Amino acid sequence: MIPAKFDYERAGSVDEAIALLAEHGDEAKLLAGGHSLLPLMKLRLATPAVLVDIGRLRDLSYVRVEGGEIAVGALTRHRDLETSDVLLSDAPLLAFTASLVGDPQVRHRGTLGGSLVHGDPASDLPAAILAMGARMVIAGAGGARREVGAADFFTGFLETAVGPDELLVEVRFPRAAGKGWSYQKFNRRAQDWAIVGAAYQEGGGVGLVNMASKPVRAAGVEEALASGASAEDAAARADDGLDPPADLNASPEYRRHLARVLTRRALEEAATRAG
Amino acid sequence: MRVSVTVNGTPQEHDVEPRLLLVHYIRETVGLKGTNIGCDTSSCGACTVLLDGESVKSCTLLAAQADGSEITTIEGLAPSAEEMHPIQQAFREHHGLQCGFCTPGMVMAAVSLLEENPKPTEHDVRHGLEGNLCRCTGYHNIVKAVLAAAGTLPATGAMSK
Amino acid sequence: MSILGNRVLRKEDPKFLTSGGQYVDDLPLPGAAYVTYVRSTIAHARITQIDVDEARRADGVVAVFTGPDVDLDPIAPGLGFINQAFVRPWLASETVRFVGEPIVAIVTEERYQGADAAELVSVDYDPLPVVVDTEDAVRDEVVLFPSAGTNLALEFNFGRDESLFDGCDVVVRQRIVNQRVAPCPLEVRSDAVQWGDDGRLTWWVSTQAAHFAKGDICKHLGLEEDQVRVIAPDVGGGFGAKIGVYPEELLLAWMSKRVGRPLKWTETRTESMLNLGHGRGQTQYAEMGGMRDGRIAAYRLTVLQDGGAYPANGTALPFMTRTMLTGVYDIAKAEFNSRSVVTNATPTVAYRGAGRPEATAAIERTLDLFAEEIGVDPSEVRRKNLIPEDKFPFTTPVGTTYDIGDYERALDLALDAAGYDALRAEQQARRDRGDRHQLGIGMSVYVEITAGPGAPSEFGAVEVKPDGKVVVRTGVSPHGQGHHTALAMIVADKLGVDIDDVTVIHGDTDLVPRGQGTMGSRSLQAGGVAVSRAADGVIDRARSIAADLLEASEDDVQYDAVARAFHVAGTPAVSKSWAEVVGAAGGEGLEVEHDFKGTGPTFPFGAHVVVVDVDTDTGRVSVERIVAVDDAGRILNPLLADGQIHGGLAQGVAQALLEEVRYDPDGNPITANLSDYAFISAAELPSFERIAMETPTPVNELGAKGIGESGSIGSTPAVQNAVVDALRPFGVRHLDMPATPEKVWRAIHGEREPEKWNAPAASGLGSAAPAAPPSDDDIPTL
Repeated sequence: MIPAKFDYERAGSVDEAIALLAEHGDEAKLLAGGHSLLPLMKLRLATPAVLVDIGRLRDLSYVRVEGGEIAVGALTRHRDLETSDVLLSDAPLLAFTASLVGDPQVRHRGTLGGSLVHGDPASDLPAAILAMGARMVIAGAGGARREVGAADFFTGFLETAVGPDELLVEVRFPRAAGKGWSYQKFNRRAQDWAIVGAAYQEGGGVGLVNMASKPVRAAGVEEALASGASAEDAAARADDGLDPPADLNASPEYRRHLARVLTRRALEEAATRAG
Repeated sequence: MRVSVTVNGTPQEHDVEPRLLLVHYIRETVGLKGTNIGCDTSSCGACTVLLDGESVKSCTLLAAQADGSEITTIEGLAPSAEEMHPIQQAFREHHGLQCGFCTPGMVMAAVSLLEENPKPTEHDVRHGLEGNLCRCTGYHNIVKAVLAAAGTLPATGAMSK
Repeated sequence: MSILGNRVLRKEDPKFLTSGGQYVDDLPLPGAAYVTYVRSTIAHARITQIDVDEARRADGVVAVFTGPDVDLDPIAPGLGFINQAFVRPWLASETVRFVGEPIVAIVTEERYQGADAAELVSVDYDPLPVVVDTEDAVRDEVVLFPSAGTNLALEFNFGRDESLFDGCDVVVRQRIVNQRVAPCPLEVRSDAVQWGDDGRLTWWVSTQAAHFAKGDICKHLGLEEDQVRVIAPDVGGGFGAKIGVYPEELLLAWMSKRVGRPLKWTETRTESMLNLGHGRGQTQYAEMGGMRDGRIAAYRLTVLQDGGAYPANGTALPFMTRTMLTGVYDIAKAEFNSRSVVTNATPTVAYRGAGRPEATAAIERTLDLFAEEIGVDPSEVRRKNLIPEDKFPFTTPVGTTYDIGDYERALDLALDAAGYDALRAEQQARRDRGDRHQLGIGMSVYVEITAGPGAPSEFGAVEVKPDGKVVVRTGVSPHGQGHHTALAMIVADKLGVDIDDVTVIHGDTDLVPRGQGTMGSRSLQAGGVAVSRAADGVIDRARSIAADLLEASEDDVQYDAVARAFHVAGTPAVSKSWAEVVGAAGGEGLEVEHDFKGTGPTFPFGAHVVVVDVDTDTGRVSVERIVAVDDAGRILNPLLADGQIHGGLAQGVAQALLEEVRYDPDGNPITANLSDYAFISAAELPSFERIAMETPTPVNELGAKGIGESGSIGSTPAVQNAVVDALRPFGVRHLDMPATPEKVWRAIHGEREPEKWNAPAASGLGSAAPAAPPSDDDIPTL
């Protein structure tokens, strides 16, 4: 289990990374912590000709309060999210969700941005980002910056709104101190991907793991909550309009059931934390 | 490409292929065979080493990514030839190893765990070691050893219920 | 005071903890090239073309071999009583029969180059119908070996008594799947080979049995015994799957000779999941009849064993299942028949209990069904039918003679420690309240055979050096069990030396002349007794020499283990040291070898009680408690014994709840790595509650029985029974393992597996003319 050969480029800045991507086109892949990409490369399911290592862009690793918002650098590691005082007080959903990603070794290397741009429907963090109503800051050539809302960020299976010559640099979301929140992860083993997960933040939305071919919001639940439905009634709509996958661990039918149960638990737990 | 690292306090510098995995760099290039490889999906943790003091799975890192870092392997843990690290000692006292293959990774994961959480509960230890698999011990004595090293093993020795 | 029975820390540990063990892949082998196998991606197909041209031209490629290159006889099943028509090619060139089967071997200068060259091989297939289910395979509609005309590899036909259940008030029956599991030693298969200038082969291999490996390579490569040295260095776990060696390993020596280079090969985990033998794989049809008062009168078990694509020792597992058919119960009538069939899947082998966990699971599950049917508490039904403590030695209806046991005491200890009555009360309260979290209480009482089925034999030697240090050579071969410590304790006790002054040599066929290795929970009772007797022998020999030196009669000379000296009885002041005795003998040491031949196997037993919590909303099962009483006779070192049991308990939870090797209908493996295969971790387990019990066996002078497999044998059905027990309010009477959340959720919501009771069982396997069953001595220790 050894990756195919590739050329390795180390980017010294965001602009340099974008220039390298522009230079190598489809052949290039960005390498952050590497915990999504390297496993695929070892299995030779990914064989990029060029790896652009952005792991040393330390200035993309931060958690900052900016007025009513929190800005998190894309290269902030899961471990740093998990232990950030700012997040623990003002965005506990993100800190807690990060604490359940993979295992400690993975959390020491994996990054928020790496996880988000991989766009894996089985990942935990996209669900939290969706529930928080975050915005993604994407850098392009020539210092360009654009923002995409989390709901528009995940565009398909392992696909996001980040273009081939672009780089996700920051994730922004409103401070949420005192708002109820919950992430319910259901998996076989502690280190496994979720079979289904449900993230909720009061005033935000419900993000679901592994309920579609991409990370999704539970639109039916959000709609029901907006119209004043009880947690139980709202959660019953968790799988509305969704077409969850079948795999080794669960049938679509069971996933639908889990989505409803976990969403209900998330809404109920969030209620106990609100205020 | 050129990679410079410090392994167990000794500076190392080598020309390597970009695709060289850190675990192969440690085992084959540096020649420290204590770190093992048990899977190919980042699941088992046998290859766990400390990178700048934190546990990582060296099968899921390129040597290139470690450039400039300090690496500690099982060979570099004991303070001297005569004296084991307290976690190594606890693994011995509590029979936290059998065939020994998962042991280097398990010990390094435990070192990192206690660094981050010096007074863990049994639950903390079990979840802190979720990324390290062992087929021999049923984990019972590994958990006990880590709790003992932390000084949080209940005096009765009773864990769980 | 004797060291035996004390909690002694392991001699082995400092090395493992400070520098790591020395496993095969760690060995330096200058000039070695690396081997990479290209494997079938199709479960059953004719190969129409193998193109290796591009691979041959790849960087660093030394040689590429395909099937026609290999001029060795193909591999017939190693056990002679298995259908010899199922012959395995070294490298498949005509037909592939399971995903992972090797087709091409590539030798490269460097390890990474092998992975690159393998990508350049192309194999064209013409797919054939696939059979992965034993119930399909036994119908012979798709046969793997057309020349054999059948998938039946082995049949144990003991006949069928249609009146077996006559007179019973109640008869229950259940089809039970004891699923395929993957042994998963943390160290995968790993080998290194080197031919010396003298024409001798040295083969380093991660194995449980170096001498078996030597025999195998001599047979297949046509070598003489003195041409081969096999070395098992540190071995990172075996669990039965490394008893035998595999074709890819044997072929290395042949390739090494061809390319004139030493070779190294270490498989990847994915390769290991597809090629290291799998365990279990039985479909069982269990029937139990008895009276409404709880008395069991008759039991019938019919087994379909999945042998995988090429029959290995897993095909013979039903023999061990039959041996332990009636478990701990005194049942007057019992009947067993089995068929082992080939399927388009990884071959099966011995794994952690090897046929015995399957026997225990069958009877312990069926007994619960019987108890449920008659409305009596399962602990009471067990108690009523246990073989009483005063009936040992006890011979079962299938002819197995148990040495000694006190099963009721084991059950009592386990129930007491668990607080059984309080648990039942708590369970009832949760049921009455309709709690989301329901409690399940499961139990099993087990007995198993160790160092069997025939009488054990093993080699041991003890040599005392002039400085009083001791070298032990043993035919057993540890891979985690702590033999260095255990054997050193035995010798230290006899000779009065410190265990640190005892060196244990094993797993090297040049240094140990004979041996069988470590499997079947045999090492202490076979290897330990051999070493113990060799230690006695060396003392006797030394006494004789000392008698000459002391000018006394040998009978009057005593060995003083405290002073480590020989003297005439009553005059300790005049003594001879080991240095003097060894010096007088004129060698570098005084050594006695002993070939132990035992009288028979031993039968450890125990009782496990397991408490589970079931989240009825999601179907998740959490193990809350495991209370384990395990009696392995006299315990040499409780530290080691505890560790052996713990690992087995974890495996029981793993099989009952998580682990299963799965294939899709086309024979594609879907659990071929440790991400998809749910290898249990610390986070899914509780700590264990071990209750000590020691009933020494009269079978050997150490009083020791085997312990390596007990944990998994007892715990697996206890966990499964606990899950079913939790689900009783939902009308669930049986749930096959593993009890995954979805399976449990479906059961709670009333989905029942349609009761399959297929033809092989319904008509019995005893309709044909009985095949002669093999004798105990034909069955290797598994």
